[in-house]
Amino acid sequence: MIPQEISDALKAKFGDAILEVKSDGVFDPWAKVAPDRIKDVCLFMRDDEALQFDSLMCLSGVDYTGGKLGVVYHLHSTKKDHKFTLKVDVTVENPHCQSVESVWKTANWHEREAFDMIGIVFDGHPDLRRILLPDDWEGHPLRKDYQVPEYYQGMKVPY
Amino acid sequence: MEETLTHTEARVDETARRPVTIPGFGRPLKNEEMVINMGPQHPSTHGVLRLELVVDGEIVVDVIPHIGYLHRCFEKHAEAMVNYQQVIPYADRMDYVGAMNNELGYAVACEKLLKIKVPERVEYIRVIMAELQRIASHLIAVGTYGLDIGAFTPFLYCFRDRERILDIFEQTCGARLLYNYIWIGGLSHDIPASFVEKVKDFCRIFRPNIKELNDLLSYNKIFVERTANVGVLPGDVAINYSASGPVLRGSGVKWDLRKNDPYSIYDRFDFEIPIGTGKMGTVGDCWDRYMVRVHEMEQSLNIIEQAIDKIPPGDVQSAVPKRIRPDTSEVYVRTETPKGELGYYIMADGSTSPFRVKVRPPTFVNLSILPAISRGAMIADVVAILGSIDIVLGEVDR
Repeated sequence: MIPQEISDALKAKFGDAILEVKSDGVFDPWAKVAPDRIKDVCLFMRDDEALQFDSLMCLSGVDYTGGKLGVVYHLHSTKKDHKFTLKVDVTVENPHCQSVESVWKTANWHEREAFDMIGIVFDGHPDLRRILLPDDWEGHPLRKDYQVPEYYQGMKVPY
Repeated sequence: MEETLTHTEARVDETARRPVTIPGFGRPLKNEEMVINMGPQHPSTHGVLRLELVVDGEIVVDVIPHIGYLHRCFEKHAEAMVNYQQVIPYADRMDYVGAMNNELGYAVACEKLLKIKVPERVEYIRVIMAELQRIASHLIAVGTYGLDIGAFTPFLYCFRDRERILDIFEQTCGARLLYNYIWIGGLSHDIPASFVEKVKDFCRIFRPNIKELNDLLSYNKIFVERTANVGVLPGDVAINYSASGPVLRGSGVKWDLRKNDPYSIYDRFDFEIPIGTGKMGTVGDCWDRYMVRVHEMEQSLNIIEQAIDKIPPGDVQSAVPKRIRPDTSEVYVRTETPKGELGYYIMADGSTSPFRVKVRPPTFVNLSILPAISRGAMIADVVAILGSIDIVLGEVDR
C-alpha cells in the first residue's frame, strides 16, 4: 500500500486519535497519534489484513526542545513490504505514553532506552528500568538541556 | 504418641521464607531457585556483558541481561559535539569488527538527506569493502563461536584469513580496525594500484578455506551436539522481536536488506540469501545461525568477484561536499551489516550538526531475544546461544 492509503485507513478507523498526517515533501511519511491511543493504533496496524505491520524497525525518543518530547515509531511489514512512521508528542511535565511492548516484543528494550535517555514514561511496560545507565543515575542525558553532573555518588567526574 | 516435626518443617525459619525479588524477574524467587552472575568479565560474553541467571539446578529459568558497561554516548556526541563529517569515526567505534559497514550506513543516510549522487567508482569500491568487512566480521563470529564451544584451532585458522583482509584495508586507508574510510559523498583514499590483484588473490585463497572450516568445525560431531536443537528461535517470534541478519535468516526467514530493500548498488549483483534449514536439528537453532554465516561468506565472495573487474575510473572525492548543512528534514535509513539491520534515524535542523541521531543497532535488538530463547536451557547452553547471536558490546551499548 502507498503511504496515502495507510494514513487514510488509520483516519477512517481512529478519527480524532490521528492528529496530523504528512506524506508530501518528507522522506518517510508519518502520522501523529495521541499518546493514549498509540497502543490501539499499533495493534490495528499489526493485525489488519491489508496493513500487517509485523515488524517495528526502530523506536526513538526525541527531545524537540521547548518542553516537547516525542516518540517516533518506524514500522515495516515483511509480508506487504511497505513502511510507515508514527509519531507521538508528549510534554516534559507529563511524559506519559502507552507502551507497545505487548504488540512488538522488540519495543521492550527500545522503550527502556527512550526512558533512560529522554525520560519518556511508557505506561503498561512490564519492566521499565534504566538500561544503559546505572540504576542510580540522575537525569536523562539526551535531553537538550541536560547538564553533565560534576559529581557521581560523591566522586568528582574528572573532566 | 509423641508428635515430632518432619525433617523439612524443623529447618524452615521465618527469615528463609522472606521472598527474594530481583529487578527484571517478574516474581519472587522460589526456595529452590538460585541466582548466578555471568560476567561482566567472562570470556564467553564477548565483551563486558553481565547476565543474571535465575537457575533451578542446572536449568535456566530466566536470563536478565545487564548492558551499558561500554556506553560511550555516541548519540550525544553526534548531536552536541561534532558536525556531520566528524560523526564517522564515532560510527566506526560502534561495531568495531565491522566498521566499514557502520560507515556505509551513516554515509548512505546522510547522502539521502543531502540528495547526493555518489560516483560509480565510489559505489563499487564501497560494496567491495563492505563485503570484505562482512567476511572479516563473520570470521570473528565463527572463530570465537568455536572458542566458546571449546574448539581452539578453527579460531586460529579464521584469524589467519581475516589478517589478509585487514592487510588489504591497511594498504588502502592506513588503518586495520577503525578506518574512517567511507566519507559522506565519497572515500578518504582511492584504492592503491595493487588492490584489484590483492582482492582477487584473497578470493582465490579463501574459497577453499571455507571447506576447510566446514571440515574442522561445522560438521564436527562435538560441535553439532552442542549447537543443534539448542536455543531454537521460531521465525514468527524472530520477526516480532525485529531480529535481523543471520539471527533472522537462521530461523528460515528469507530476508536480506541487500535484496529486499537495496541500497548502494547491491541490486546489480547476483547472490543467494542463505537461510537456516534445520539440517542438523530444528530450524532456527544455534547451528543454523552459525551455518548461515558460513554460507554468507561464500556469497560475499561471489559479490566481490562480480564487482572487482567492473570498477570504473573516476575521482573518489568529486562528490564530497565541502560543507554539510541539510535542510530541516528527517530520514531513517537501514543497511545490512554483518550483524543485521543497522538503522540510522537522523533529524536535521538546518545546522552543521545533526539535531538527533538515533542508531538502531542490530545486536542490541538481537540480544533482547536472549532471555526468550534461553529459558529452559542448561547453563552451558546459554554460552552457546549467546555466541550464536554474535554480539559486539561496542554496538549494543554505543
